[in-house]
Amino acid sequence: MGSDLTKYLRVEKLPHIWCAGCGHGIVTRAIVKAIDELGLDPVKVTVISGIGCSSRAPGYMNFDTLHTTHGRAIAFATGVKLARPELKVIVITGDGDAAAIGGNHLIHAARRNIDLTVICYNNTIYGMTSGQYSPVTPLGSFASTAPYGMVERPFDLCELVMGAGGTFVARSTTYHARHLTNVIKQAIQHKGFSFVDAFSQCPTYFGRRNNLREALAMLNWYKENAVSREDWAKIPPTERGSKFPIGVFKDEEAPEYCESYRKVIEKAMKEGDAK
Amino acid sequence: MAGSRPRLFQGNEACVEGAIAAGMRFFAGYPITPSTEIAELCSVRLPQVGGTFIQMEDEIASMAAICGASLAGVKAMTATSGPGFSLKQENIGFAAEAEIPCVIVNVQRVGPSTGMPTSPAQGDLMQARWGRHGDQDIVALSPAYVEEVYFLTVEAFNISEELRTPVILLMDEVVGHLREKVTLPGPGDIVIKDRKKPAPGSRYLPYAPMEGEDGDIPPLGAFGDGFRFHVTGLTHGPDGFPTNDPGVGEPQIKRINSKISSRREKLCKAEELFTEDADVLVVSFGSSARSAKKAVKDLRAMGVRAGLLRLITVWPFPDHLIQRIAAQDLKAVVVPEMNLGQLAREVRRCLDGRATVIGVNRVAGRLIEPADIIRAVQGVT
Ligand SMILES: Cc1ncc(C[n+]2csc(CCOP(=O)(O)OP(=O)(O)O)c2C)c(N)n1
Ligand code: SF4
Ligand SMILES: [Mg+2]
Repeated sequence: MGSDLTKYLRVEKLPHIWCAGCGHGIVTRAIVKAIDELGLDPVKVTVISGIGCSSRAPGYMNFDTLHTTHGRAIAFATGVKLARPELKVIVITGDGDAAAIGGNHLIHAARRNIDLTVICYNNTIYGMTSGQYSPVTPLGSFASTAPYGMVERPFDLCELVMGAGGTFVARSTTYHARHLTNVIKQAIQHKGFSFVDAFSQCPTYFGRRNNLREALAMLNWYKENAVSREDWAKIPPTERGSKFPIGVFKDEEAPEYCESYRKVIEKAMKEGDAK
Repeated sequence: MAGSRPRLFQGNEACVEGAIAAGMRFFAGYPITPSTEIAELCSVRLPQVGGTFIQMEDEIASMAAICGASLAGVKAMTATSGPGFSLKQENIGFAAEAEIPCVIVNVQRVGPSTGMPTSPAQGDLMQARWGRHGDQDIVALSPAYVEEVYFLTVEAFNISEELRTPVILLMDEVVGHLREKVTLPGPGDIVIKDRKKPAPGSRYLPYAPMEGEDGDIPPLGAFGDGFRFHVTGLTHGPDGFPTNDPGVGEPQIKRINSKISSRREKLCKAEELFTEDADVLVVSFGSSARSAKKAVKDLRAMGVRAGLLRLITVWPFPDHLIQRIAAQDLKAVVVPEMNLGQLAREVRRCLDGRATVIGVNRVAGRLIEPADIIRAVQGVT
């Protein structure tokens, strides 16, 4: 039996703004479940988001919460974390928020290896502004601004963050809710920059244009196309089709930025005293 | 109490020392001429006092990071010049809407666009006031002397803390790079103000006006202190949560404006010279006001009844000061500024036809000289 998760929610702020069948509620539940299972002190958890359907999640979560400007959550979070390194800082973002307008902040936070946990509610579309393509919209799929099919090549966000130097990188989906909770738990516990690419269905705008009108159809699509990273490695690249890997892709130790800067402070204070 | 012995300081250096004296312990920035020394000095000085410096990936991120640090309870500043100031605007608007104390330094250079990176200008006066979308009053201070940079930086922090608002320190390349003698005050010689905090354990409404003096400025908790509050750039109610109800939203938007406009007289600092009997008034700010002061003194020696009003607070605008002086029948008002007439436009608005306004303007880095101003005054006397 699980414990009561409503204590992590601002129940008086419900109902939420999300459409029926939206995946964002499932990811949000996975985050609070992870926090609960880790037994974190809720007073020492700060949740920060940008702008988008996904970024509305912190408003329903009972922690210190900061809903910032489009794409900038990671930069705000960098200020919070450096000012108070003892806080667990979790960033909630969307695929547009994190990878288009906020892409620069994403790669630089990963490069610094600052101890933030970034969870991208990835629906491969701009939900809030009603269905324009994002930097991860798959080739050939349809969006309100890709009426003839997407011709831009998408990012693989996990590859992007690994390439930029992030030290914990994982992917899961709303179909794999237990797995999702587990990778979020590992991400939160990881010391350094951690990133979870959480596939989350948007039946309203992605599904409707791409023959996946029902949320259930989208969840089934995740079920049928997600493969473990071990199995993924065994499939010849030409046969991968719409399949994608889930799991933990990277879990490495490297100097964490706040700790490195703490040493700068110690050094500067000592040298200052010596003068 | 005695301060230190006088020492040569660069304007940008005085800014950093003033900020640290005011309690700044976080700086985020991105290098840009002519403000770069501020970032460089912060990288040296902040860790010495236990503070944090970070060079962010751009100016947008720098502005975001100082908002985050301030919400975590640490006084924070960023510094930039024209192109970077443009990039910061969206998040300055966020700080205004979410009522986050912080200080933004803009060491102005010639624009538009990349302009002349190493040459002085005062072309961001209007951007400081109107650079963001939506209605929001703003406070901006503009020093003319290196020593004044120090004290106005302290003042900028104090105002930002007291009014829970971003404050802009509008410097220019001349003041930023000039070296002048400064006597730093001793500890205890300057007043340091800190934001009001909510009572521990209380039910905290981060945007609820309260009874009593300064009740229109709600206290500000810090993340991690147990209040578990919400901050958003969406129009919000007293509890900080978004609203679409105009009955809730309108008072919130009006309050972030009126908390500044209602304190206009208290906020507006200016230097006046020979204004009591002046029949020609020179109005200026920042480094142009240095030439204006010299010109007014020279004109007096020539027997011309010139007076100087040097604006130290440029926003909110000191309508009341200009109108008071204008009541004494002026032949003309001369406005020297390194732009094409941004200050003159405001002065004209305040005068409402009571006197002619003559601009003395330069825009490509050449300084306004006292002789330019004297010539303009002689043209009307
Ligand atoms: C500076 C700025 N540009 C554009 C917008 C409009 N806008 C709001 S949300 C959004 C996209 C959100 O997409 P995503 O991050 O994928 O989140 P989702 O809604 O899909 O969860 C855009 C373009 C904005 N609010 N601010
Ligand atoms: S538009 Fe899409 S992402 Fe937004 S709430 Fe609806 S289903 Fe969710
Ligand atoms: Mg999206």
